[in-house]
Amino acid sequence: MSARPQESATARLSRLLTMVPWLLAHQGVDIDTAAAQFGITHEQLDADLSLLFVCGTPGHLPDDLIEADWEDGRIFLGNADAISRPLRFTIDEALTLMVGLRALAPGASGAHQDAVNSALAKLETATGVAGGVASRVTVALPQGPESGVLSTVEHAIKDRRRIHLRYLSARDEVTDRDVDPIRLVTLDAHWYLEGWCHRAEAVRLFRVDRIESIAVLDLDGTPPAAALAQDPRTSAFVSSSDHQAVVMTVTPGARWVAEYYPAESVVDHPDGSRTITVRAADLGWVKRLAWRLGGELCVVSPPSLGAAIAAEADTALRAYAVPAPSVPPAGEARP
Amino acid sequence: MTVQPSVAAKTERLLNLVIALLSTRMPLTKARIRAAVPQYQATASIEAFDRMFERDKDELRELGIPLVVDVVDPLFDDDQGYRIDRREYALPEIEFAPDEVTALALAGQIWSHASLAASANAALTKLAASGVELDDQSIVGAQPRVSTTEPVFEPVKAAMLARRTITFDYRKSDGTTSTRRIQPWGMTQWRGRWYVTGWDLDRQAERVFRLSRVADKVTAVGRAAAFDPPADHEPRVLVRETESVPIDQPPAILRVRRGAANLLRRRARTIGEVDDEWSLLDVDYRDEQDLAAEVASYGVDVVVEAPDAVKTAVITLLTAARDRHTSGALSNAREEAP
Repeated sequence: MSARPQESATARLSRLLTMVPWLLAHQGVDIDTAAAQFGITHEQLDADLSLLFVCGTPGHLPDDLIEADWEDGRIFLGNADAISRPLRFTIDEALTLMVGLRALAPGASGAHQDAVNSALAKLETATGVAGGVASRVTVALPQGPESGVLSTVEHAIKDRRRIHLRYLSARDEVTDRDVDPIRLVTLDAHWYLEGWCHRAEAVRLFRVDRIESIAVLDLDGTPPAAALAQDPRTSAFVSSSDHQAVVMTVTPGARWVAEYYPAESVVDHPDGSRTITVRAADLGWVKRLAWRLGGELCVVSPPSLGAAIAAEADTALRAYAVPAPSVPPAGEARP
Repeated sequence: MTVQPSVAAKTERLLNLVIALLSTRMPLTKARIRAAVPQYQATASIEAFDRMFERDKDELRELGIPLVVDVVDPLFDDDQGYRIDRREYALPEIEFAPDEVTALALAGQIWSHASLAASANAALTKLAASGVELDDQSIVGAQPRVSTTEPVFEPVKAAMLARRTITFDYRKSDGTTSTRRIQPWGMTQWRGRWYVTGWDLDRQAERVFRLSRVADKVTAVGRAAAFDPPADHEPRVLVRETESVPIDQPPAILRVRRGAANLLRRRARTIGEVDDEWSLLDVDYRDEQDLAAEVASYGVDVVVEAPDAVKTAVITLLTAARDRHTSGALSNAREEAP
């Protein structure tokens, strides 16, 4: 979890103004569901409800205050008529949904496309001005690759069949794997297959353009229930506590690394740099990332990995007749 | 933790203010507002209350809460008051069909990065608070996701929405850098990359800028609402035209270790085997920096033979990565770490 700065009063107010109508529409909801809906802890929700409880209409006599009861683990709210409707969308809120819908429209099939367009029209009416602004941001989702891989995968997902892949891995090796496909995902310009990999015994993402060949096996391909339940938004460079911890600092320009690879912890520093901890089974991608980012990323731990990054970069530079540095790479024995 | 109580107290004050202003039909004068909100009653003086109320008013407006100023009594129009129009405040009731709800949930999950994902979640929660039941388990087929990893995405977006001019340093694909001054009209992601399109004030022409080539510091200058983007401006068309020009430079020549850099091999125009250890590849490219970053990521397995510009860029990256990880730099990093 990233270390967040102290929440501002306006951020909290804005959550409360949505929470009240949400709770009114979900009377008796259990505390865990409500906390998950707003992405807050049990304690924060408790504090929010305690705060609502002392607010109300002018006079602030008992009859004027918001009624909140959550003692038996279920939340009931009342006497909050003034704020019983959610506030209009902010520009960013309208923008994210409308740009998302516009992006979906071209790729959607007939009936689905109608749904996208009618939802968009309704949102435009409801958001008014914000809708016009949102139209100036556009996203072109990637078209499906020409190969038959996509349709094969789609059928395998639908029929719950296991597939066999010859796959060019991120380690630059061609590997053979049996995979129970879960879903297709596009991230920016690329298509990915998310599936339960029997070789890794874990959920993995496979870039569709790196699949060299695919065969549908005559085997049941239902992924384990736990794999299906995973949040589709988490990347499949899945962190596992069995793997080695790698601690790195990145400059402000490379802060995205923390969002691109699932980080175990993220600490933001006042100068905009970040310290990120990831768990990795294969340290190769960390090295490649360090070379690609040319000094914007510094591996702090394990020291042997930092030393390997320096030593291999140095070897690579010799091909260009670049002299060795005056300071020997960390971890290398000094003469 | 010492700041915690004051944040809670301020939230309570703002919430009471919002409720008071929403509950009244007649605009409330400042005196009545002070009497209506307990935290204002507790202020030491009228002046202290005035300052606090002015700040609170601005913060509510920044949240998008429509605070209106009106005369309290038409006969005495110097008496001003405040209220919030409920119809202006509330999200209008919208009914969505089940397949529209599925589309909305899919659209809301597109954003894979923190700030926009949070806005999308907030929007979907407001819909749920408005009685629209969202069931994201119903999503089948491909789940599209879009990232916004460019550090300048947020400041450029903010300036575009506010219609403010921005200046920044921009690196062209030939490696030269210049300071640009543009009116940001639109933003678009195409082939996985974000672009800002707009009017270049110095060149007096429409221009396209790739966000990954904009230097970290983007400065908004001048007032908001300084321009109106033309209604027929189509960012995507402009980007496609600019980025689809045929590659008119000779391919890069790369020496690649046998069995390595398979993605580069797939893209190569020609592959020749040099000896048991090395192959020679011709690879087309548009951007020297992009190719250099890819080459550098292969470490000792890929060596640039030509052109010199790519070679220099690779040397710069590898040298920086090496120097960042040599013993001096490393011990500093250890000291900085908590």
